[in-house]
Amino acid sequence: MMNIVECRDVKKIYRQGKVEVHALRGVNLSIQKGGFVALAGPSGSGKTTMLNIIGGLDYANSGSITLDGNVINEMSQSKLASLRLQNIGFVFQAYNLIPVLSALENVEFVMLLQGVPAAERRERATAILEDVGLKDACSRRPAELSGGQQQRVAVARAIVSNPLIVLADEPTANLDSKTGEGLMEMMREMNEKKNVTFIFSTHDQMVMDYARRLVHIRDGLVADDQNQE
Amino acid sequence: MYLQMGWRNIWRNPRRTIVIMTAVIIGVWAMIFLGALMRGISEQMVRNGITTLTGHIQVHHTGFRKDPVIENSIDKPEVVEAALSKILPQGARWTTRVRVDAIASNARHSGGITLVGIDPGREAGISFIGQAVTEGVYLKADDKYGIIVGKALADKFETKLGRKLVLMSQDTKGDIASRAFRITGIFRAEMETTEKQFVFVTIAAAQKMLKLGNEISEASILLTDYKGADRVADDLKRVLPSGSYDVETWRELLPLVTAVLKMYDWFIYLWFLVIFIAMGFGIVNTILMAVFERIREFGLFKALGMKPWWIVREVLTESFFLLILGMVAGNALGFLSIFALAGTGIDLSALSEGMEFAGMSRVIYPVIFIKDIVTANLVVLILGLVVSAYPAVKAARFTPVKAMAHT
Repeated sequence: MMNIVECRDVKKIYRQGKVEVHALRGVNLSIQKGGFVALAGPSGSGKTTMLNIIGGLDYANSGSITLDGNVINEMSQSKLASLRLQNIGFVFQAYNLIPVLSALENVEFVMLLQGVPAAERRERATAILEDVGLKDACSRRPAELSGGQQQRVAVARAIVSNPLIVLADEPTANLDSKTGEGLMEMMREMNEKKNVTFIFSTHDQMVMDYARRLVHIRDGLVADDQNQE
Repeated sequence: MYLQMGWRNIWRNPRRTIVIMTAVIIGVWAMIFLGALMRGISEQMVRNGITTLTGHIQVHHTGFRKDPVIENSIDKPEVVEAALSKILPQGARWTTRVRVDAIASNARHSGGITLVGIDPGREAGISFIGQAVTEGVYLKADDKYGIIVGKALADKFETKLGRKLVLMSQDTKGDIASRAFRITGIFRAEMETTEKQFVFVTIAAAQKMLKLGNEISEASILLTDYKGADRVADDLKRVLPSGSYDVETWRELLPLVTAVLKMYDWFIYLWFLVIFIAMGFGIVNTILMAVFERIREFGLFKALGMKPWWIVREVLTESFFLLILGMVAGNALGFLSIFALAGTGIDLSALSEGMEFAGMSRVIYPVIFIKDIVTANLVVLILGLVVSAYPAVKAARFTPVKAMAHT
């Protein structure tokens, strides 16, 4: 099976004044299409930085990152924005829904940016919200939804435009364990049903248990890489 | 959905939205209302000038305007009257006058005045004097000794209706001409200087006193629309014998008013700009605050693949809504204020002497000029969006990772 993500010797250094922080020290990582992969590690290990670089939100200082054959560390900001829009779905720890839009409108938003016609947007957004169990919450705004419901909307938003890959940064960190488990169940179902590749960062054991592949990152390097199937 | 988002975003912080809207409302109101007052002042200056014995067009003997002596009278008024009958459009009115500097005196006082000999019937339809007599009666065509004086002059000369007033001037032979008149009417005018300057007798009485025969000093014309003055004046110049007559419009007859009108145009636009500068700081500050409060959100937009230009458009949409709401309310308030004062005006009698010096009326009535309303709104909308571009571009330049890490 082809690799959707290829990282070769990826290094990232943050400069805080005169201090240099080596977030990634030469990561090599390949992820196959349809994977359900967890990047695990303690805080500060570099897993969020890794996700940001794979997602084109941040640039690596050196090394090569390829997403579906595109070398993204050589792309301009504008091209990266187009790549993210068409190919990548994001789920964030703090949900990051747009507060003035309803659940349905939040899910429609990415399709709006893609230029999908209004009727199709509405149809697809309604269907995906039904899939994530939020059919009755379509018209509610984020402030009227629980944390778990908000994160489900975020997942719906991430997958509604059929991206190649969904990047989820500690998606269960703000949820209680039961809600978090429900969310993981749902993401794995989406992975299996729609063959969408999921990469998520976590330090939650329950989330690690759901992953089919578990990559441990420690001090900016891949410390361990296990297949859990 | 962009419009929906913009609309909803401005109501995320209603207090802040109301504060900035209030600033826009006050700014637009000040532009429209004070602009209308300035236009009212200038319009009344023109009207006062035209009705105070100017009219829209005047015909004089060549040289009278430079040296208004009796020798420069029009010696063939029938030529002018024939030209007027031929050229003037439907609805236009005209009259002839004798106008000469003179000295008025009674037992107590004496002073310089302008003696105006009028055709009472024709004059009433042209200048202010027909409706200005507040005590006594207006002149009759065959009144040989009647004179109308201004209230201020009557007070200055400590005289009243029925008393005599002696006028003295130079006649066509170069001799002193004098005649006693009896005050039959006292008039009030917009400006006190008018009341002090002019006294009115019949044209026949003036001609007899000055031994003018049928000569006149000027013909004054009032058109139905002042905009046609230039065209009619050109026609008159063409018909009248060249070199003998000066034909001038009110713009040439009232150079000070014309200059003030031009100056007012600039004042109004300068006023708009000054108000906008004050308002513009408020707009930038508010939009900037709204942008910095939502750094994470703009980071999210970029993470989801929103292009920087779309973010600029989103912020400008919010600014557009704020400006439009403020403009609608500001216009409504401005028009209400204008209509509220349309009947009564603003009475500035207490300042009348100072205002008269500048040729203004005692009561100011606001006047709406559509071009001012359009300009005021365009200034607010276009410059408002221009200054909003700064926070909008700032929002578009956040990098997603830094913006989303912002707390």
